[in-house]
Amino acid sequence: MPELSNTLPRVTDEALRRTPLYERHAELGAKLVPFAGWEMPVQYEGVREEHSAVRTHAGVFDVSHMGEVEVEGPGALAYLQRVLSNDVAALELGGAQYSCLCNEDGGVLDDLYAYRLGGDRYLLVTNSANHASDLAWLGRWSRNFDVAVRDVAERYAMLAVQGPHARSIVSGALGIELPPRVRVATVRIGKRPALACGTGYTGEDGVELLIDPEIAPAIWAELLDAGVVPCGLGARDTLRLEACFPLHGNELTAERSPIEAGLGWCCKEATGFVGSEPIARARAEGTAERLAPFKIEGAGIPRQGNPVLSGDAEVGVVSSGSFSPSLEIGIGMAYLRSDLAEPGAEVEIDVRGKRRAAQVASKPLYASPTSRKEN
Amino acid sequence: MSDAGYPEELLYHDQHDWARLEGDEHAVFGITWYAQDNLGEVVFFDPPEAGATIDKDASYAEVESVKAVSDVIAPLSGEIVEVNEALADTPERINEDPYGDGWLVRVRLTAPAETESLLAAEEYRKLLEKQ
Repeated sequence: MPELSNTLPRVTDEALRRTPLYERHAELGAKLVPFAGWEMPVQYEGVREEHSAVRTHAGVFDVSHMGEVEVEGPGALAYLQRVLSNDVAALELGGAQYSCLCNEDGGVLDDLYAYRLGGDRYLLVTNSANHASDLAWLGRWSRNFDVAVRDVAERYAMLAVQGPHARSIVSGALGIELPPRVRVATVRIGKRPALACGTGYTGEDGVELLIDPEIAPAIWAELLDAGVVPCGLGARDTLRLEACFPLHGNELTAERSPIEAGLGWCCKEATGFVGSEPIARARAEGTAERLAPFKIEGAGIPRQGNPVLSGDAEVGVVSSGSFSPSLEIGIGMAYLRSDLAEPGAEVEIDVRGKRRAAQVASKPLYASPTSRKEN
Repeated sequence: MSDAGYPEELLYHDQHDWARLEGDEHAVFGITWYAQDNLGEVVFFDPPEAGATIDKDASYAEVESVKAVSDVIAPLSGEIVEVNEALADTPERINEDPYGDGWLVRVRLTAPAETESLLAAEEYRKLLEKQ
């Protein structure tokens, strides 16, 4: 089984980083895999069980590999307005806002949440694979602003607790009051200051906790004792795909604009951010391709890179594909010729040489009955 | 999921497949406990057609878990005489019982002498220790 080697434990690279919860994962029997330079749990008991725990109860993900960047100073707002695609002026104290970090061509360098922690103090949470390049980019653009840009990734462990019961369990087990959705609050966890954020990446209600790495093992244990199910990156990916949240490196790349990716809602070109001109053009003129979710009709599981066909014409490419544990069919997102990127359009996916019928669907592919749409 | 194990009566291919000989001319094929454990929960088995010719060391089918797709390598050459149809509805049997209900295909062997190149359970276990 040659391709199986992709999923086998590899000779451990000395350079792989470990989160403060590495020992906990190993004790739980997690399968640990290299991910963006980190050794991360991809699953504990199984992707389907963990996926289901988040959809019906509560699951916790160790996402301590994600990066944090603090932006502080009198020029913080003007600076962030320049580098982030959303209207940062609309971000209130204690608010959270999703944004793209774009290059001058309007391509997406990263997607991130910005949290406003103080009058002129913000925290950005970056994707781990992009953290170093984001820092370099952010540093470069900060020179003309009265602002300090600091890498504070070492300061935080991050736990995402997600699911319909996540909030009640977290506030009960940790004795803290949680902020509403898309808000952030400074709380005390284990006698240390921590950030509780009403955000997530699963399509379920929940919170993301940014905590002192030293207390992360104790907090993890308390959450598990309270019945929260440990979940790996495997379930994180199936959950976000069902919710149609884009993943940088799959849906989002430096070669595609947020408009193609369906993220025009978080681009406010009037602010004049880096990349706003090509993005405004893409919005006005339309794009040749657009991102759309789809469902396979019948057997077959699409995978990233599969060509999309309409008749004999190649009309797109799958950016993410998986088996959907909630729907029990193959699902995915694909960049499609724009006229086909409409719900109901019939296409075929070339899954390793077999044509599988698929229908373009609307977002999300799976809607939680207990959660509103978010991103 | 089943417990780890490698039955003595089977022959093993180093790409994590097993063969159970039935007389001199037939064999049943499947994937090993190690293969299914690394793959994770199998959600789809894409079988070959009965009558298809398969070659030792070449892919003859695909198994997919939630996250990954894998070729299944033929431990021996032959012609497919039967496919485990039950896997269409219950592919998880490959995880639950990889040497029993999770068998994949039954094959009429066209080069039975090839069995000499396969591994005994003990040799396969040693191979896994090196992984």
